[in-house]
Amino acid sequence: MAKTRTRGPPATALAAAAEEEQQPGAAPFPWSTMRLTPPTAVAVALFALLVRVLVSLGSYSGQGTPPMYGDYEAQRHWMEITLHTPAAEWYRNTTANDLAYWGLDYPPLTAYQSVAHALLINASLPQSLALSSSRGFESHQSKLMMRWTVLSSDLLVFFPAAIYFVWVYFQRNVGGDGEERSAPWLLAMILLNPCLILVDHGHFQYNCISLGFTIGAIAAVLSQNDFAASALFSLAINHKQMSLYFAPAFFSHLLGKCLGRKNPIFEIMKLGFVVIGTFALVWWPYLYSIESVMEVLNRLAPFERGIFEDYVANFWCSTSVVIKWKRIFTIHSMKFLSLITTILAFLPSFVQQLKAPSDQGFLYSLLNNSFSFYLFSYQVHEKSILLPLLPASLLALQEPLLFGMEQFFLSSVLSSSHPMETMSQRQTNYPPN
Amino acid sequence: MGEAEWLWAVATCVKVLLIPAYRSTDFEVHRHWLALTSVLPLARWYSDASAPCCPLDYPPLFAYFQRILALPATALGGRPSALLRVSTSSPSSASLPVLIYLRLSVAITDLVFLLAAARLAHRRLPPARRRLVLILLLWSPALLIVDHIHFQYNGYLLGILLLSLSFLEEGKDLAGGLAFAVLICSKHLFLVAAPLYFVYLLRHYCRGGSWEASKRFLTMGAAVGAVFAAAFGPFLYYGQMQQVLSRLFPFGRGLCHAYWAPNFWVFYIVLDKVLSFVLLKLGFDIPAPKASFTGGLVGNFSQFAVLPQVTPLITFLLVIFAMSPCLIKAFQKPQPKHITRWVAYAFTCGFMFGWHVHEKASLHFTIPLALVSVNNLDDARHYFLLSIVSCYSMFPLLFDPQEYPIKVLLLAIHSILMWIGFSSCFRVGVAPGGTKTNNSSASNGKQGFIGKFGTIYLLGLLGVELWGQLLHPHIFGSGLPFLPLMLISIYCAAGMMYSWFWQLRQILKCS
Repeated sequence: MAKTRTRGPPATALAAAAEEEQQPGAAPFPWSTMRLTPPTAVAVALFALLVRVLVSLGSYSGQGTPPMYGDYEAQRHWMEITLHTPAAEWYRNTTANDLAYWGLDYPPLTAYQSVAHALLINASLPQSLALSSSRGFESHQSKLMMRWTVLSSDLLVFFPAAIYFVWVYFQRNVGGDGEERSAPWLLAMILLNPCLILVDHGHFQYNCISLGFTIGAIAAVLSQNDFAASALFSLAINHKQMSLYFAPAFFSHLLGKCLGRKNPIFEIMKLGFVVIGTFALVWWPYLYSIESVMEVLNRLAPFERGIFEDYVANFWCSTSVVIKWKRIFTIHSMKFLSLITTILAFLPSFVQQLKAPSDQGFLYSLLNNSFSFYLFSYQVHEKSILLPLLPASLLALQEPLLFGMEQFFLSSVLSSSHPMETMSQRQTNYPPN
Repeated sequence: MGEAEWLWAVATCVKVLLIPAYRSTDFEVHRHWLALTSVLPLARWYSDASAPCCPLDYPPLFAYFQRILALPATALGGRPSALLRVSTSSPSSASLPVLIYLRLSVAITDLVFLLAAARLAHRRLPPARRRLVLILLLWSPALLIVDHIHFQYNGYLLGILLLSLSFLEEGKDLAGGLAFAVLICSKHLFLVAAPLYFVYLLRHYCRGGSWEASKRFLTMGAAVGAVFAAAFGPFLYYGQMQQVLSRLFPFGRGLCHAYWAPNFWVFYIVLDKVLSFVLLKLGFDIPAPKASFTGGLVGNFSQFAVLPQVTPLITFLLVIFAMSPCLIKAFQKPQPKHITRWVAYAFTCGFMFGWHVHEKASLHFTIPLALVSVNNLDDARHYFLLSIVSCYSMFPLLFDPQEYPIKVLLLAIHSILMWIGFSSCFRVGVAPGGTKTNNSSASNGKQGFIGKFGTIYLLGLLGVELWGQLLHPHIFGSGLPFLPLMLISIYCAAGMMYSWFWQLRQILKCS
């Protein structure tokens, strides 16, 4: 236990800070505060950024392994495609865009993000994004540039969202007064989530953007800013469709809130308008015909794959040792079965939020929802664990054990694919108090 | 686990993550020494010249240390040929296991530093300041840069220094003297503080009647002599002493390193350049200096066009002269509570006026001064400035864009932690009367804490960095590559001169 209990800087000082406050006259090191002061927030954020930069020194997935490479090449390829082809062709098989080679399978916001990053990289290193000739392009400089695009996305989306959340959390006193509370500590828990850091900055993905939008939406919900919440959550879904794991929680909580107001129908319509408006904006290049929309949608939901990939710690995978699901059911009935079990799993929190929406209940409902999807839904990727981990980290002050256990087990699974990072993984792992 | 261990564990995470980072040629040098000491017989350690890049030029105890470092590797895997290969091949060829092994060896030997820091902090400080001191010591960005990126073993050496200081502060002079003897037999750059140690121990330890005093003197002499005998004895036996000494004191090197350490000589060189330029314009016939200062390993003569030449002897005398106020103080009234400050000052003098000083040597006084920094607001303010300057002056060690965010983040985190720590330490009215005027402004912001002068200086530092990173490449392209480095040297040298002067004043003030 002791070996894995390493934490971020504010956390380290936490235990001693408590003991120190009891001694009169001694000026406490201001870690254990209920308020998030700018210096402590900056210190925690800088440390989280440092850890990200350090992890990004290592290798990325699929480094130097032709022909398909890994997620790094996928992202680079999307930048190449989105930079050189018109938006209408991004999700279509054309001579320039071979969908069999890392075809774009995320919603349009991911594509826009790829263009933005492509423009930045293209300014200094155009050969790394040349159309079709740049496949598998690898160099020290292009790795650095790519790493920095992830870092900057993290810094621009995830960090402000996390700080906003912690601020709102303590402003609204979500956790109640009973627990041992420290704002910098909570911020550190959210920002130093080792799975997220490893997947984004080691393995190479941009989960920080969709998760950042989700945290922003959650914070907006907590601060009663429902329109901003709807818009932000729509953006999160439009960056990675996996964010839909949280959709029932948002839906039930916001619906429950609207129902409690004077003019429920009108309130619901207003929120619906915001959601539809956001979606329309993001999907604008594809709205000219039904086929083009279906083309994109088909790319987003690849049902032709099996129920689970190689190693996923979810219900279907772990029980398949005993019950051979893949043999008993056809793909179609399996889809139905997983849908029913998923719905059954998140139904309790759904109904609860509908009837009595509350701040804390909302956070637990997010956890319940994302876990239901992770455990029971169809076609789960092991990296989807990042989604349940997010509400777990938000609840770290209330459910330290849950968050700690999850981190401990899951990070070891994740790190198995990163030999270089395994060591650091074990050490940056931090069950709370 | 205690507080110090937690802080150390967090630092170790950072160190482990730094394994794949850039490493300088010092990495290959240390690997070569490790191979050299474990493959060759002791008699040939200092005479081996198979690798012109990296002859062993540290004292024997460090060589033994390198020999011991190789033992776990041989115990684990027979004869690890990649690690123990004595060759002159290109420095970047280290394989991953070798890299991990050596990087981890630095992180693990840092336990000595942890031990010393914890010992010092727990014995003499109240809890609130203890944490601050531990953070300053264990999370020192300069130490991380030099040891865990650039690659050296300063952590454990500074650990021995801190141990020695902690013994002296407790009045255990014999142990303190012994630790210092071990230190200079490991790295002779620490020899600068030897005069101070000598005077202090002579006056503080060898007290009492003449019989008692001489008995103590002989005890100390025997203890220190034993350390030296253990270190140099074998080489004396093999008749290698001449060889060892010539390796340890290579005065063939120039006054300054390739990248000028920010010390007094920077101003001397610049003044010389300016004078020769002006005189040339005025029509005087000035012989151009044969060697340029931008090359490091140049002969030590005919470097200056106008000003008198500087020889090792002159720098030695200057160091002793600069140190003399502190030596006199230590002679008149040797007090354990001042010893840390005095030792730090002695190292500062060596840094400011010494021969062929490396910028890394500023660690020797920034680390001990962390202990003094929590005494009062003035000390804190001085330390804030000094440690930022010292860390910034090491930035040129890491020039690859990959490490750029790391060094900036390390310094930024350090600065903000110092600021949080110091301002919360001195916000409460515990500081002595002289600092009362600043108490009100201490909580207002950085400006309030470090004062107008310090703020302007630090903003200038930012300006120097921006110039080097953005404006210089924009204006000159790749021309005049030495200009940004020279600017850093000069600017940091100004800060260092201030620090030296401030320390001198502080020592003269307290009696």
